[in-house]
Amino acid sequence: MTASSATTPPGPDSPEPAPPPAPRSTSREVARALVSHKLAVFGLVVLGLLVVAAVLGRTAAPYDPNAVDVLGRLQPPSLEHPFGTDDLGRDVLSRVLVAARLSLVVGAIAVGIALTVGVTLGLVAGYYGRWVDDVIMRVMDVLFAFPAILLAIAILAVLGPGVTNAMIAIGIVYTPIFARVTRASVLSVREEVYVRAARSLGVGDLRLLRLHILPNVMAPIIVQTSLSLAFAILSEAALSFLGLGIQPPDPSWGRMLFEGRGFVQQAWWMGVFPGVAIFVTVLSFNVIGDALRDALDPRQRSAIEARGASR
Amino acid sequence: MRRFVLRRLAQAAVVLLGVSLIVFALVQLVPGDPVRVSLGTRFDPETYAALRERAGFDRPLPVQYLTYVGGALTGDLGVSFRSGQPVTTTLLDRLPATLSLALCGLLVALCIAVPLGVVSAMRSGSLADHAATVTSQIGVSIPDFWMAILLILLFSGVLGVLPPSGYVPLGEDPVEWAKHMVMPAVTIGVVSGAILTRFIRAAVLESLGQDHVRTARSKGLPDGLILRRHVLRNALIPIITITGVQLATLLGGVIVVEVIFSWPGLGRLTLDAVLARDYPVLQGAVLLVAALFLLVNLVVDVLYAAVDPRIRYGS
Repeated sequence: MTASSATTPPGPDSPEPAPPPAPRSTSREVARALVSHKLAVFGLVVLGLLVVAAVLGRTAAPYDPNAVDVLGRLQPPSLEHPFGTDDLGRDVLSRVLVAARLSLVVGAIAVGIALTVGVTLGLVAGYYGRWVDDVIMRVMDVLFAFPAILLAIAILAVLGPGVTNAMIAIGIVYTPIFARVTRASVLSVREEVYVRAARSLGVGDLRLLRLHILPNVMAPIIVQTSLSLAFAILSEAALSFLGLGIQPPDPSWGRMLFEGRGFVQQAWWMGVFPGVAIFVTVLSFNVIGDALRDALDPRQRSAIEARGASR
Repeated sequence: MRRFVLRRLAQAAVVLLGVSLIVFALVQLVPGDPVRVSLGTRFDPETYAALRERAGFDRPLPVQYLTYVGGALTGDLGVSFRSGQPVTTTLLDRLPATLSLALCGLLVALCIAVPLGVVSAMRSGSLADHAATVTSQIGVSIPDFWMAILLILLFSGVLGVLPPSGYVPLGEDPVEWAKHMVMPAVTIGVVSGAILTRFIRAAVLESLGQDHVRTARSKGLPDGLILRRHVLRNALIPIITITGVQLATLLGGVIVVEVIFSWPGLGRLTLDAVLARDYPVLQGAVLLVAALFLLVNLVVDVLYAAVDPRIRYGS
């Protein structure tokens, strides 16, 4: 199936051998290093702030995120309310801050599910091959046949809306990509000399997988984790926007945008600030994922770029 | 070639079988009695009995499944718990809106991604390349529903030039159709275009590094000619693939955008079915989208193999 890498550029499993490193001009190298560094630094700083907001939770918020103040409703941003107030007079800044925690937790647990299940399946499929591989990967193909958000919605239609179910649904949706990424790497590592040597020494399957194979397929998995966190947070926001994810009174960025949509004309701040929060969070995970790819998995980048640069 | 197509068809059939199982299981897995849950406060014994009878819930599971698949193959996906209309008719009513939005969105995406991706690959490492990379990074990270809200804020709120939501069929009034189409199409086009940009850049870079391109360069052919005749032609294959995948994704994945713009397409229908617990409609919509997704992928793979013989004989 060609859908496997719809969100990442052609992956490390392309069958071409890596060409020898070509000489590159220093200025280009510096330009790239600077930009990619700057972006990664930006991502790490934003994530750091988010984690602080998530840990502090309500103590960091200037107001109670659910305190209704009908007289002070729909106030534009001011010193008192930097992000304004919503249609019930609740402080938008406090709500955005408090929502960070749930967003990060949902994203992390959902990706945790996908990572655990997907990597296990990928290891087993890639290592044992034959019918085990066939069965597992066909099931993954079936899951891949649904657009991500549609599959999540369908699962929530069965489980019912809510935070826990949203985590499970997003976890299931992103399992196949981990299975595929892992399997592809296992296939190439499986035939390495050290694996064959270990096997001929009588090392058991489980030990072989844990000590010799898993550590050597971690790089693409780490990259995929960062990128998946970005998509998981986007998915959660979309599901909450549709009313299927985080439920009121818990504030969530997605739901805040849904509420803000009705007040676009009178109160732009309601539809802008929660979106900025989602955007900046997702952007940081994406940027960090790309920087990680450059650092951990340079084969695909350099393979392509060395060719481009060698002309 | 024929063997490749047959093998690919068989694969797609197996996946479709799995898809149908999942779609069928959707209703079976709902806790409680789906008909009763769906009727909720509108419950009355006669409607209840009629719907159960029509859905065949009293028969054994394998019989139910086979009946469902048999029906689906002949275009009968049951009737809606809510409207009583055949699901197939409902789906066909909604398909044009989604199809036109997906195609227009893809057009916007290509208009963004092709120039951006090609320039960024040609000038790899330059400032323009970095700018394009950052732009696509931003495009990938913007939630589509937020982008939609911002567009509505600007073009309907501040400028007041575009209607904030709604849909007018092309046949009714082309000008109004276009006015309503602009914002939804741009919304999905930007996100899709950002993804496409990355792939096009990678494909063109790949193609630029080929030996025959170096030969052409050493012959002293002008850059434009090399680009057109030697680079783009080769880069076209992966670009077609990812474009196909994007189209397939757009057909089933623009639910949130449809909801924001009150677009009467499949996505809006799916969400309404979930909220109303109208399971037959949900099943039908999910099945249709997954089948379209598989079909587009199949066509792309076959096209790919037709252009590049290595794929046919490869695996």
